[in-house]
Parts: sequence; C-alpha cells; structure tokens
Amino acid sequence: MSSVPLPFERRSPLKIVVWAVPIGALLILLPRIITPYQTILLTYGLAMAIAVLGFNLLLGYTGLLSFGHSAYFGVGAYTVAFMVKYLHVNSMELFVLGAIAASVLVTFLFGFVCVRYTKIFFSILTLALSQVLWSLAFKFFNVTGGTDGLRVPTPKLLGIVSGEKEDKILFLAHDYYYYVLAVFAICVAVMWLIVHSPFGKALQAIRDNEVRARFVGIQIRRYRLVAFLVSGVFTGIAGALWVPLNGLTTPDILYWPFSGEIVFMAVLGGFRNFTGPIVGAVVFNYLKTSAVGFTVYWQGLLGIVLVFLVMVLPTGIVGSLRLLWAHARRRLSQ
Amino acid sequence: MDILVVHLFNALLYASVLFLIAGGLSLIYGVMRIVNLAHGNLFAFGAFLTASAVGQWFAGSNSALLYLLLPIGAFGAAAIGAVLEPTLLRPFYRRPEEYQLLVTFGLMMILEDLIRFIWGPYPISATVLFSKMGSAKIGDFVYPRYNLLVIAVGGLAALFLWAFIYRTKFGVVLRATSQDMRRAAALGVNVNLVYVQAFTIGCFMAGLAGAIIVPSQSAVLGMGVDALVLSFIVVVTGGLGSLEGALVGALIVGTVREIGISMFPEIELAVLYLIAAIVLIFRPAGLFGKTA
Repeated sequence: MSSVPLPFERRSPLKIVVWAVPIGALLILLPRIITPYQTILLTYGLAMAIAVLGFNLLLGYTGLLSFGHSAYFGVGAYTVAFMVKYLHVNSMELFVLGAIAASVLVTFLFGFVCVRYTKIFFSILTLALSQVLWSLAFKFFNVTGGTDGLRVPTPKLLGIVSGEKEDKILFLAHDYYYYVLAVFAICVAVMWLIVHSPFGKALQAIRDNEVRARFVGIQIRRYRLVAFLVSGVFTGIAGALWVPLNGLTTPDILYWPFSGEIVFMAVLGGFRNFTGPIVGAVVFNYLKTSAVGFTVYWQGLLGIVLVFLVMVLPTGIVGSLRLLWAHARRRLSQ
Repeated sequence: MDILVVHLFNALLYASVLFLIAGGLSLIYGVMRIVNLAHGNLFAFGAFLTASAVGQWFAGSNSALLYLLLPIGAFGAAAIGAVLEPTLLRPFYRRPEEYQLLVTFGLMMILEDLIRFIWGPYPISATVLFSKMGSAKIGDFVYPRYNLLVIAVGGLAALFLWAFIYRTKFGVVLRATSQDMRRAAALGVNVNLVYVQAFTIGCFMAGLAGAIIVPSQSAVLGMGVDALVLSFIVVVTGGLGSLEGALVGALIVGTVREIGISMFPEIELAVLYLIAAIVLIFRPAGLFGKTA
C-alpha cells in the first residue's frame, strides 16, 4: 500500500445507534413494502455482504488483496450441498455450523501458506490455491456433480420453519429473508467488534507500516493468519446462506472471476469504510441483475462500470458520499 | 518407444503455446510491474480474428494466402495492446497494485464481451489449415504435421525474443527500463515509448498463440479466461518477469499436463496448481525470478 491511508470513521456509540436503528427497522419492514422478487434479490445482496465484509477485513484493514475468496465461498456452499447429499441433513443451523467448520479447515490450510507473502504474490497465490478447489469440483463428477452442480432443497430453519409445504418463493422472501437478516446483523456486529478491538487496530498498523508494527511487538504473520481465518469463515458462512437461495451450487462460484466479483463489490462500496462492502454487495447485486436483464453484454457493461469506478471514484460509493458530505458541511459552516 | 515421441511432441505443443502466452504476460510484468488479467482475452482475440479471417472472410481462397493470413490475429492483438496501454493502463502505474489488478479485471470483462459482440456466441474454426498439412508418420503412429509447425513457431519465438532482448539496442533499453525506470528516464530513455512497445510485443505474443492454435482447435468464448489461469501457473512457477522462467515454466506445465492427461486426468489441473503453490512456498519469486 503506497497511498496514504485515510483514517477509518470514529463514531460515538450514540451515533451508531442513530444510524443503525433506522436502517435495521427499514430492513425489517422492507419485505412488506417491496415485492417478493425484490426481497429475494435483497437476500442475495445481504448474503454477499457477509462475504465482502469478511473479504474486506483482509483488503481494507490488513492491506492484503485476495483474489481467491471464491474458494471459501465455494467451500461454504459445497459443504452444505455435501451435507444434503451424503448426510441427509436439512437443518439450516447445522449447515452454517458445517460451513464454519469446513471453512476454518480450508482457510487455515490456505492461510498458513498465503500469509507469508504480501502484495501481488499474495494475490496470485490465493488465486492459484482457489483454482485447486475449482478444478477438483469441476473434475470429480461423481462427488460434486461437475458442471451440473449439486441441488440444495429449501432447509428447515431453527428446527421448526420448513419451506417444504409452503410456496418456495414466499418461503425465501419471508422466513428465509429474516433468517439471513439475523445472521447478517450478527456478522456485522462481530466484524464491528473485531475491527475496533486492539486486534483490529493491530491489523491496521500492519497495513500502514509493517516494519513499525513489528517493532512495536506485533507478531505479523500470526495476526495476518487470524485475519485470514476470520475473513474466510465470514465468506464461508455467506456461501452457506447463499446456496438455499440459489438452490444449486456449481463450480462457477469457485472459478476465479467470482473472486473478482467479490473484489468488485468491495471497491464499488469503498473498501476504506466499514459500511462500504455492505453497500457494495447490495448495490452490485442490483446492478448485475439489472445489467443481465438489460443486455446480453452485461459483463462488458459491468467491466466499464468497474474501470470507471477505479479511475474516477476509487473510494467507492460510501467513500465518495462521505467526501461530498464533508464538503457540504464545510460549505455550510462557512 | 514411438508413443514416447508422440507424448513428447504433445508436451512440446502445449509448452509452445503456453510459452507464447505466458512469455508475453511475463514480459509485461517485467517491464511495467503490472499483472494483466486481460492478457488471456488478447490470446482469445487473436484466435477469433485468425479463425474468422481464415474460416469465414477468405474461406476457399488459395491456401498460400490462407497461411499468410495466419498471423493476422497476432497483429490485431498487438494493435489493441498499442491502444490500451497509453489510454487505460498508464494512469495506474503510480497507484497501488490492487487498482492495477482491478482495472485489468474490468478490461477482461469488457474484452470478453467485445469478442462476443463481434463474433457472436458460437465457436469459430479454421481447420482447413490443419487438415491441408496432413500427417507425418512416427513409427506406428500418425502425427499431425500442423502441430509440428506450432512447436517450431514456439521455439522460433523463444529464440527471436531472446535475441531481441539480449542482442539488440532496443533490448538493452528495455532491460534498463525494467531494472530501474527512473534512472533509465534520467539517461534519456523515452520510458512511455518503451512501455507501449513492451506491452505491444506482449500482446503480439498472446495473439500469435491464439492465431497458431486456432487451426487445430476452435476459437470459443471463455478460452481467454482458461488460458490466463494456465499461464499464471507458468509464470508463477518460472518466476514473474523472467523470460527464461516462462520458457522453463511452460515446459514443466506442458510435460505435467501431457503426463497428467494420460495418467491422472481427474486431478491433472489440481496437480498443476499445487506445483505452482509449492514453488511459491519455497521460492516466492519463482524458479528464475528475482525478489523485488
């Protein structure tokens, strides 16, 4: 990181409540206002937001650009699919626990290797390792279904709410939405605590100046590994939540362009902010859906958006809004 | 015994194509310190351009003309490179590398759809060049002569590039810029010009790989994305920024693929990625790379 990093927002608890309560209320009320289809889109966005939140612990706070987060997302998703296929489990809580266990395992293994490097080598190594998983999912047809993927039926939530009887759309747009929203809220709270803890500060110190951080006595590699682990587990949970929504998991979510999409979301929202990744994930999801509906060349359209973002708005949506806000306030006070 | 020769030729065939792609990627990284995620799409662009020129626009022409048309994909890719470097990439050299990766990732998405826009979603082939050359006999086996041509092109490209970089004045300037861009600039080297030239040569190599591969296999959408990951393995194994590394890496990957396809087809790709990962663990800069 050669650029001068902007300080992260410092907010008093009161201010957080002022922001969080209306947004929380809005998210709870939204399914009553918008159509089930829109709600399902939002559910996708919230699930992805958890993944990008995890990803950003590495990019935004530790200064490591992972180009292999599809691996952990895929591990979460495929763990759920395997639990359905081989263990005949259908409890969502067990799915999430299984995904956490599997992603801890894989992330530890990959992270142990990757955190030895920084910069471009870190990016390429994470990419190469994620492609090991992709090629296995792609080639072991008997186990993973190859490109056909594996089907995942609607799960049972909290052991009581089952989507089997009622309409699947309604189940996803109502019961499942609130489930994802609850997990999302927990994840946001946990991530908030992590990045504002001494551990989070240490990560930022490593990002800003590795040598100084080492002199202060921070064990850099161990801190990076823990950050990698947390990041991967968040992404794994997101994968587990995403699968029942999609109903199917294919090797596409392990392929490296999917990792690129995760990076895209973080940059779209602004990876120098806590809220940036969340906004980025939700907005990207709408953007992609409308681009796909608008033209067959949606990928090129998104590419143009990405190039434009990186060139003109490198601080993303949230960063740019905050700059505008600060500018407006200065104007008003004068 | 003869089957070994056939396997050897196949390994060399993979290695030639991979060297062309990965060599270009490595050259660009060596000079500009940019990993171009859109590099695979330039390979695909070369393949599509040659395939449509040979298989559609001039289909049925004199075969000599068709063979002359073969490198058109390489020149097309080079032209794109010459436009892209000054317009899109130049503003990013001073910015953190995550932005460089992102802008080339965006470029990859754009080029992928540009190819879809120009040539449509269906595969295009130019098999006429492949079948015209017939096959050679290797003991009891028949081997396509065209594949031998591809191997020869790969070998010649490596030779030319080596001579170009180590035996010409331009090569000296290129190496000087790659080692210390500021000092080269201070000594009067037009760094911007060197960057455009290096990027154009890199893209030319990728396009050439696409152009020579297309008579033996069709140009399909997504071939660029696949090729990029394979050439990543090559440059990571050999060392980013090193041409010798790209050559050795291509030979390793070509050999492992050839062995893998006949002996352990399921985990062939996984083995390749693991090799790259293992090399990175023990030699983070690759076999021939120098740590920055």
